Parts: sequence; C-alpha cells; structure tokens
Amino acid sequence: MLHEQELKTFVEGTTNFFEVTAQQPASIGSPYLMEGSPAVHEYTGVINISGKREGAVYFTAPKAMLTVLLMKMQENDFSHETMRDLVGEVANMISGNARRDFGRDFVISVPSVLSGEKPQIRHKPGMRSFIIPINWRSHSAKLIVALT
Amino acid sequence: MRNGNAKAINGNAKRCFKLMIVDDSNLMRRRIERSQQFEDLQLVGTAGNGLEALELFKKTDPDVVTMDITMPRMDGIECIGQLVALKPAVRILVISALADKATAVEAMERGANGFLEKPFTDRQLNEAIAELMR
Repeated sequence: MLHEQELKTFVEGTTNFFEVTAQQPASIGSPYLMEGSPAVHEYTGVINISGKREGAVYFTAPKAMLTVLLMKMQENDFSHETMRDLVGEVANMISGNARRDFGRDFVISVPSVLSGEKPQIRHKPGMRSFIIPINWRSHSAKLIVALT
Repeated sequence: MRNGNAKAINGNAKRCFKLMIVDDSNLMRRRIERSQQFEDLQLVGTAGNGLEALELFKKTDPDVVTMDITMPRMDGIECIGQLVALKPAVRILVISALADKATAVEAMERGANGFLEKPFTDRQLNEAIAELMR
C-alpha cells in the first residue's frame, strides 16, 4: 500500500513545476483509485520505478494545457517535439523529487514519453492506480501513480 | 581562464565569456538561452548529450557551461570530468532535476562549480550564472 508521504512527493514534484516555471500554481483535485489501465491524454511523461516499490508514475496532459504552459514559459515553438519535451521535463521533476525523498530505496528510470492520438498504458490485471487530478487555469491533467 | 572575444562597452574593454548549453531537452536549452541576461556571455553552441558536448567543446572552447545530468549516450557527471580534464579553468553550472545531495556532491567532485535545481526561475538562473562568473 502506498504511503501518503510517497504520494505527496510525486504530487509536489508536479505542482512545483507549475508554480516555478509558469509562475502560477496548480491545484489538486480529489484523488481516486481505479483498477485496470487508466485513460491518458495526448502527451504522457513516464518514470518507471523498481526496488522498494514496483510500477510507474505518469504525468499526462492534453495538448491545450501544454500549449498555454509553453506560452507562460515565453516559448514560441509549439511543435509535437516541444510538447514531448515538456511532459518529459515534468516527469524529470517528479523523478528528481522522488530520488531526493526516497534515496536508494527506489530505483527510478530515466523519463520516457508517450504521445499520439490515443496512447495507451497497460497495467497488469488487478493493478490499482491512484489518479490525482492536476488543475491549472481552465485545464486538467492527471498524475497516475501505479505502484505495488 | 582564457578570454573570448573582447568587446568595448561604454569605453571599457570588457571580457566576453563563451557559453555552451548542454541538455537533452530542446525546450530547456532554449529556455536557458532565452533567460540568461548577461551581455558578456556569448552562446557558442548547444549539445543534447555528453558526447556531443565534448565534440562541441573542442571546437568552440567555451568558458562557461550549463550541464544537465540525465542524458543519453553520456551523462552529465561523466562529461563534467572530461571537460575539466580538457580545460581545468572551465566554469560548469549543473542544472538538473536530480536534487539529491549525492548527485550534487558527485558533480562537484568531478569539477562542477555550481548546482541549480530544476525547475528554476529566470532570476535563480541569472544569480547562479553570476555566481559562476564572479
């Protein structure tokens, strides 16, 4: 079972990115649990975790949200590659936070990115995920924590 | 430290430092380039991994380097050691999301001069670069 502090580390890695980079804090919606493979948006940053826990953490966001975030960063390239870079960077921040807080108990992969019209993540049968809505301006992304 | 091209500003000869940015994210490379506000810092090139950085370093001889840690092919830690071996006076600012102490200590031991944690504000970036060039 995940501990509250572990979830907090992943959430803070995400919200800190919005607060510092876009100078506009994100708010957290009500977290919920779901079984099976959750739906994701067009762009998803992924870190795989092994060691004390096994599984993955995903930051998934719609293109519209990422576009506004890039504008707030004064970026003027809104290409597919830049969107991928952006979710990869958010995953990178989550990974950095986790390494700082959990030390060597967690082995954390280099972030990777999923993208496309209908990208899918596949979990083992029976795997449950915590879904944490990340709300920013009028947009909503999700942090998916799928760890055993 | 070897000087780059000198340019006169307000009648005073002012040293111009050459900057190289190393990060596997295009987005972050552009962000650093756009956010740094030093007139005496001239961007000579950007690289997406440690191997590219080594090649570019030999061609452009930068004085100041910003260095990511987690990169494909050759990571920042190994690259720092190789850059310092080529030019001991180079000033290296690590800019990384890996905020654990062990990473910072390892980077410093290899020869980095500063550490800036991602995410960062423009102000934090400029303060870190100013500290590096002091």
